[in-house]
Amino acid sequence: MKIPRYTMQKIAFAIITTAAISVGIPLVLVIGYIVAQGIGALSWEFISAAPRNGMREGGIYPALVGTVWLTIGTAVTSIPLGVGAAIYLAEYAADNWFTRTIRLAIINLAGVPSVVYGLFGLGLFVIFLRFGMSILAGSLTLGIMTLPVIITTTEQALVAVPQSFRVVNASLGGTTWQGIRKVILPQALPGIMTGIILGLERAAGETAPILFTVAAFFLPRLPHSVFDQTMALPYHLFVISTQVPGMPIRIQYGTALVLMVFVLTMNLLATLIRRYYRRRRQW
Amino acid sequence: MNNTATPGKAKLVLHDVSFYYGDQPAVRQINLRIYANEILAIFGPAMSGKSTLLRILNRLSDLAEEGRLEGEVLLDGKNIHDPDVSVIQLRTRVGIVFAVPVPLPLSIQENVTYGPLLGRGRSKGELDELVERSLRAAALWDEVKDRLSESATALSGGQQQRLCLARVLALEPEVILLDEPCSGLDPISTLKVEKALLALKESHSIVIVPHNVQQASRIGDKAAFLLMGELVEYGVAEQIFTRPKDPRTDDYITGRFG
Repeated sequence: MKIPRYTMQKIAFAIITTAAISVGIPLVLVIGYIVAQGIGALSWEFISAAPRNGMREGGIYPALVGTVWLTIGTAVTSIPLGVGAAIYLAEYAADNWFTRTIRLAIINLAGVPSVVYGLFGLGLFVIFLRFGMSILAGSLTLGIMTLPVIITTTEQALVAVPQSFRVVNASLGGTTWQGIRKVILPQALPGIMTGIILGLERAAGETAPILFTVAAFFLPRLPHSVFDQTMALPYHLFVISTQVPGMPIRIQYGTALVLMVFVLTMNLLATLIRRYYRRRRQW
Repeated sequence: MNNTATPGKAKLVLHDVSFYYGDQPAVRQINLRIYANEILAIFGPAMSGKSTLLRILNRLSDLAEEGRLEGEVLLDGKNIHDPDVSVIQLRTRVGIVFAVPVPLPLSIQENVTYGPLLGRGRSKGELDELVERSLRAAALWDEVKDRLSESATALSGGQQQRLCLARVLALEPEVILLDEPCSGLDPISTLKVEKALLALKESHSIVIVPHNVQQASRIGDKAAFLLMGELVEYGVAEQIFTRPKDPRTDDYITGRFG
């Protein structure tokens, strides 16, 4: 039996529409559930005070500050390296065994489980380089984990800039670097920003890489330098959810809510920055 | 800039020039002289190597992957492939305008000053003067003088092409190469570009690949007929378009093939 093609079209459309809606459902449920459970824990004290009484009371201020520092540290270590490598790959690299090896390395780097990054960071930064459990070691570990995301998205943003701009730059006596700096990078900037923030978001929410490299179980004071340990939101959430008996459930969800808001704020920031650059140049 | 070449002395000399993409020849054994204050029209059917020949003249052909050049190109008697020749400087002396206008995603003003500012800093007065002079020479000044800081991509196709011409003129080149600069333009825009070119040849060497034989005969002082990478005939335009020596040239310009 042959199904009429208009019927077929309706069936196909129904299936893909269902798929699209289904994708949104978990997101709405997760956000809704966490907000509903965690909103009661939120107060000025919750985000401005240190935890007390075996973390069952008080706030999450040290963990929040720690996560902010780690995110900044990740940005400082991964953005110059990642964007630099992407520019090299997109604009300078010839297709030879050397660049193919680099690309293969990046793909593999993206596939490494985050806990393996944690162990690697422990071995290299904490022990071998003697940084100890510190913001420095944690930032470097998170930075390496973020590199593949930044490199891949930046390279895609650069490659998407029309080739004709490069030819025009050369024809007007520009060096490759002048073309990159004056035309290609400004055009690719919105895409690059998106990639960077997506990578940093992931880093901000990771637990395994910071587990052995920086995160403190309980450290109510703030870090003084990059060689200090610190608490961090994702690990704190893990600790209060599994390691502390008699933990009020609203504090767990409150912590989750703060972490989620932190990440979503970065997301919003990325969108706003992208919009700003798009609007500033009217083409 | 340097237009002191004595009449009869060639600005550009091509000596046995061949260019290959991989092992595929695009142009073969070209011998050609290009003089100052003249327009040379290189015409011929598609895939004859006209664009390749233009790009050899300012070494944009270097960008072609697996491209290979044989023979030599002399600019004022100096081989442009000599190791002491700066390719960047060469491209400012020999400017090129492409078939499809590609304004950079910058303002009109920034497009014109793009090339000059790559080399060295210039005073604002110097730049403003250069912008006005270049846009006037490209017959665009009156249309854009009030919106120099607006996006160049908002211009019409014909305006964009004249902007690309102005952008090249701002380099103050000695030779201007044009690759089918009017192929996408309406007759009025085409007329404006051609008028600009006729004025420019007073101070430049111009090599144009016209998009049709009529344009070649309208503005060319000299003409060169290229067929399958081979230079069939080269000489004074009027003679080529009225009394061609080679039967293939005759067949092409009278429309028997093409």
